[in-house]
Amino acid sequence: MMTNTNQRLTQGQFSFLPDLTDTQITAQLDYALKNGWAIGVEYTDDPHPRNTYWEMFGNPMFDLKDAAGALMEINSARKTFPNQYIRVTAFDATRGVESPTMSYIVNRPAKEPGFGLVRQEVDGRAIRYTIHSYATDKPESERY
Amino acid sequence: MAAMALVTAARLLPLTEEATVDDAKTVDLQAIVRDSNVTEVLDQLDRELVGLAPVKRRIREIAAYLAVTRARKTLGLEATPPSLHMCFTGNPGTGKTTVALRMAEILHRLGYVRKGHVVSVTRDDLVGQYIGHTAPKTKEVLKRAMGGVLFIDEAYYLYRPENERDYGQESIEILLQVMENNRDDLVVILAGYHDRMNTFFSSNPGMSSRIAHHVDFPDYSQPELLSIAGKMVSAMNYRFDADAQQAMGYYIDRRLTQPNFANARSVRNALDRARLRQANRLFAGVGAGRPNVTADDLSTLSASDILASRVFDAPDSADKT
Repeated sequence: MMTNTNQRLTQGQFSFLPDLTDTQITAQLDYALKNGWAIGVEYTDDPHPRNTYWEMFGNPMFDLKDAAGALMEINSARKTFPNQYIRVTAFDATRGVESPTMSYIVNRPAKEPGFGLVRQEVDGRAIRYTIHSYATDKPESERY
Repeated sequence: MAAMALVTAARLLPLTEEATVDDAKTVDLQAIVRDSNVTEVLDQLDRELVGLAPVKRRIREIAAYLAVTRARKTLGLEATPPSLHMCFTGNPGTGKTTVALRMAEILHRLGYVRKGHVVSVTRDDLVGQYIGHTAPKTKEVLKRAMGGVLFIDEAYYLYRPENERDYGQESIEILLQVMENNRDDLVVILAGYHDRMNTFFSSNPGMSSRIAHHVDFPDYSQPELLSIAGKMVSAMNYRFDADAQQAMGYYIDRRLTQPNFANARSVRNALDRARLRQANRLFAGVGAGRPNVTADDLSTLSASDILASRVFDAPDSADKT
């Protein structure tokens, strides 16, 4: 993909920017807490864009007052899965909304191999395209 | 404290990177105190809490220390943030929880904790029931308390020496770790009875050494308890008539000598029962041909409401609190 020469995964907010520092993450967490959103930490080693449901790292934090608690959880997730993608989500529990309002990556593997284009020949001269993450050629937990 | 205007910053640290700090530079300490509104909280503390002189003195010291720390910071005299974990010891009903709530507010106003909320927990909230249950539970509570004050009531229950498989120890270890690493994120206040806290600390030396402030809450004297009763009554929008005031004094005298006396808590319970009797008295009055009551009747506690207490007729009654 020529627009993303470093093959960095671009999902969620801030993903075209350099990685957020802890201070910047704290500011984002504070914003979520100010709005009364619950913070969750999720991780995965399958970066396919259609892989929507990442594994949850611990329970979502519904009753935090301060960002330091969430940052502690993020750091402990980084320690446990240093070579996986970790993202932070904010969940708006308001009745009728009940959906994530923020999502940004806070940890990525040191080396991201990126995606390849897969062409599938189907009926006639038709071709179907899909993308395939090189990382997922290896079994789970050995990918990065 | 307000008298200490414009203090000249003295160099308190040896010459290292602070060499650039100008010794003659001044900082308006009064402005720091005024901006934080801390005197307001301290005065409120003085006004609303009866007695507790040593506790109030210690809180003033801590407030002054934090204000000075902030003044130092504005002049570039950086120091590691002071450790403010505390231990409140004292008999039941001496105001440990109330003071912890005020402490949180003072720390918040002086900018030591960011949010200033209090998370009040006991052993049940920290210690799990099976292997692997304790750590997430304790961490959950710690995360909630970040930016504020974690108040652990009856902290000695965390450690049960008689059961070597007790999970309390695990909880203590996590607490210690966070108290050390996140000391600018939260303040831990342990509370409990004096002798049992001493046993707790002697078996957990790590805990004792990480707590900088040990504050002992003295028992209240009879006049102090009477004055507490007066404050409680007016907070409930009631009042004593002249005889009732005297009767309350007698009541406290009697109650002080009986077992299970819980200071201000006993006074509160006594007042709750007096209100019950007052209601019953007015109710009985309706049957006796006095159907109309005035606002004054409804808010006055009379001597008979207090003197009807069992404390007076049974000098040895044991289980009255």
